[in-house]
Amino acid sequence: MITDIALALVQALVVAAGAPLLVGALRTLKARLVGRRGPRPWQPYADLAKLLRKEAVVSTTTSWVFRVTPYVLVATMLVAAVIVPVVASRTALPFAGIILLMYLFLVGAFFLALAGLDSGSAFGGMGASREVAVAALAEPTVILAVFALALRAETTNLGGIVARFAGEPSLAASPGHLLAFAAFFIVMLAETGRLPVDNPATHLELTMIHEAMVLEYAGRYLALVEWAGAMKLFVFLTLLANLFFPWGVPSLVAPAPILLGLGVLMVKLALLTVGLAVLETIVAKLRLFRVPELLAGSFALALLSVTAVFLVP
Amino acid sequence: MTASLLFGLAAAGGALATVIGVAGLLGAGGRVAVAWLVPLGGLELSLDPLGGFFLALVGASTVPASIYAIGYTTGERRGVLAYLGFVAAMGLVPLAANVMTFVIAWELMSLASYFLVLHDRESDESIEAAWIYAVMSQIGLACVLAGMLLLIATTGSVSFADWSRAAPGLSSGARALPLLLLGLGFASKAGVIPLHVWLPRAHPAAPSHVSALMSGVMVKLGIYGLVRASLDWLAPTPVWWGAAVLLAGAVSAVVGILYAVVERDLKRLLAFSSIENVGVILIGLGAGLLFRAVGLGSLAVLAVAAALYHALNHAAFKSLLFLGAGAVVHATGTRNMNALGGLVSRMPWTAACFVFGAAAIAALPPLNGFVSEWLIFQALLQNLHVARLELNLTFTFGLAALALTSGLTLACFVKAAGITFLAVPRSEVAAGAHEAPVTMRIAMVLLAGACVALGLGPTLVLPALAGLVGPLVGAELPALGDGLTVRVSGEFAALSPLALTAVLGIALLAPLLGLRLAGASRRTRWYETWACGRMLQTARMEYTATAFSNPFKRVFDFFYRPAKRLDIAFHPESRFFVERIEYASPTRPLFEEWLYQPALAALTGLAAVARRLQSGSANAYLAYILGALLILLVLA
Repeated sequence: MITDIALALVQALVVAAGAPLLVGALRTLKARLVGRRGPRPWQPYADLAKLLRKEAVVSTTTSWVFRVTPYVLVATMLVAAVIVPVVASRTALPFAGIILLMYLFLVGAFFLALAGLDSGSAFGGMGASREVAVAALAEPTVILAVFALALRAETTNLGGIVARFAGEPSLAASPGHLLAFAAFFIVMLAETGRLPVDNPATHLELTMIHEAMVLEYAGRYLALVEWAGAMKLFVFLTLLANLFFPWGVPSLVAPAPILLGLGVLMVKLALLTVGLAVLETIVAKLRLFRVPELLAGSFALALLSVTAVFLVP
Repeated sequence: MTASLLFGLAAAGGALATVIGVAGLLGAGGRVAVAWLVPLGGLELSLDPLGGFFLALVGASTVPASIYAIGYTTGERRGVLAYLGFVAAMGLVPLAANVMTFVIAWELMSLASYFLVLHDRESDESIEAAWIYAVMSQIGLACVLAGMLLLIATTGSVSFADWSRAAPGLSSGARALPLLLLGLGFASKAGVIPLHVWLPRAHPAAPSHVSALMSGVMVKLGIYGLVRASLDWLAPTPVWWGAAVLLAGAVSAVVGILYAVVERDLKRLLAFSSIENVGVILIGLGAGLLFRAVGLGSLAVLAVAAALYHALNHAAFKSLLFLGAGAVVHATGTRNMNALGGLVSRMPWTAACFVFGAAAIAALPPLNGFVSEWLIFQALLQNLHVARLELNLTFTFGLAALALTSGLTLACFVKAAGITFLAVPRSEVAAGAHEAPVTMRIAMVLLAGACVALGLGPTLVLPALAGLVGPLVGAELPALGDGLTVRVSGEFAALSPLALTAVLGIALLAPLLGLRLAGASRRTRWYETWACGRMLQTARMEYTATAFSNPFKRVFDFFYRPAKRLDIAFHPESRFFVERIEYASPTRPLFEEWLYQPALAALTGLAAVARRLQSGSANAYLAYILGALLILLVLA
């Protein structure tokens, strides 16, 4: 119980504190890849601090939904950070598994889309409509992809899955696993609003998805929304790193292994960040109505990976 | 005043029925028989755990609906009697112990609800809805009756108790046809695709408290029939039946929510979503029947209990949403979401309750929809213990359908809540809306409370449901966890909604405290929405329901087959000035076009052929009688 609480606090802290750095590093890398100097990796911390000092401008057409949403977003991401095995192959909340994690992301999407509609501007509505369309198509893929792993590991407990695959690395090289990885990677791009689904750097309203929805936020509310977005990216990349490459995740919860686990995680995340930066530099954004084709493709991959569990014993 | 009194009476009766039902669920039995009143076995009622569960469902839903009706109908007497009959008949259906009693209760339920659908006699839409409803419910009854008559013929008894005693000895041939007929009849009442055509027409046409009961409870009695037939009268069912139920559920779930997501009529949206939820329940039930057919009894208990749990949850949140939609209709007189908006500041209670219900139906943790969908997901994942590839693939199909449904449900209810209640009103009626009267608010708050309680209390509800299903399936109960945590298959999965709520609460405090500690600015300036510097914010800038669902229409255009109509009237002086633009993009009803219209055409054709026999000449008729007599004599 005490170790679980300590682990939960450590994970929440790692994700909450590390998320802005991840986003900053990604931006710096992308800038360097296209030949710009770009901001320093720790720029997001400065941005957040600046936003916190500013007053919040809130639209007169909005209701309590708009003001509650940023808090709900941060809260769900903090809980998600505790459920995902970040620094140890043990879930700090023994009563939570992958299905809960997926539905926690839906809580955030639900409130954010309502907040987008609440502003009453065309951009908010457009962003909300597109965001739920993308979420509605990405969600089943994520669920199926992690089910493929859960069926193979015979548990839906995320810590259990990581421990199982870390113990038997040959399982992680099966074709079903690779299909699930491909499917999961594609929907990770969609769920966290990265290229080629959405462009996080765009400021042209008509092409925005996520950014259009949060257009009305300012000051401390915007800080919370941005911070939650960064945490979502961190959680998804961690999930990708630890579910599909479970090596080096300590099973023991004690200070020394946890530090080691943190080091391993940072290496994995650094590699994934480089990969993501390269990908975002070489691909162009898809037209909005080509996105469903991409997601349908990843859905098919995920379905195949579940089927493979039964076909390839 | 009399009307209010009668509705109060219905609420009290509902509360009593709930108590009796829960007692029955927990094992209390009882039997009432009046043999002389009607022929063929007389009236006979009996209480068993399965019937008790559904009686409690009827009773518990009647309480808020009746309280709501006091404010909603504002003392209007018309429809009160039909309402009382409807509620009473629904309570009798799960208690019926023989064919005669069942058919009387079932028909009374259909008839009373027919009159309630016809409540608005001036509108052509209501009349058409009631007509289609009447036809479909009679076709359903015909199927149920045929199935029951076959069972009477094989078992030689009209009593349900005799059927369940005879069930294990039936040959698979004697099992198949009654199963199919009963299944079709009950599925049409449950609104399973493609027998659903009446549902999205009839449910919205009725007054909202009746819509809530029709969607929340009456379709569940179709589920009751399916459970009763599959687990009691004709148990154990073959493998193909379980697979058929699961696949029908998967198709209903996906097709139902696809129609719901593009709907702009608020009550029709809710009705289509009922089809989706019935699908989800059937996925769970089908999984349970499959587990049972392959001999995995305790997994069957888990899956069927999960399905019943979802039935209960759906009654809570769908009633809540229909009552919320009713409050909107009451205040504005329209169900068209494109004319609504901005109601959150005008009807704060209704808006909060509706958003709550939307979150529950979208299966957001820790509310009740999440708990039962979680259980159904877990039940489906247990197919890893089934060693038959074709069944594994069936289960996987169910998993994929449920996963697809979950995302689309979210989109659907973001739209329903967001477009209806948030931002700026899109019409004058919406701008002049008023909050619902106090009785209506009480009813909605009660149901919202039920959504929370059912979400937090699976460790209380689930063992009771498993205790109900266990004896029917004939399997020992699986260990379902301890006081706080629900567990599935030992270490496979665990969920503790109470602990989760506590953690979520702490996590909500974190940003609040964090902002305070970081010394964040607490100033807020209220200003109008920014939109590229135009002068005025009007409702025309907002996204509408139609616009919101446009991405779905485009993504799934192979399913909706939208027909586009664009009418532009140009100014007579110059065609560069447009006088009027009309744009319509209706979706084409797939099942009506491909199934019902050909069937109707075939029926009409057949009738035309049969008409030739009826020439009207008495001599010809005498010849027919002679011919029939001769044939009978030869056959004898």
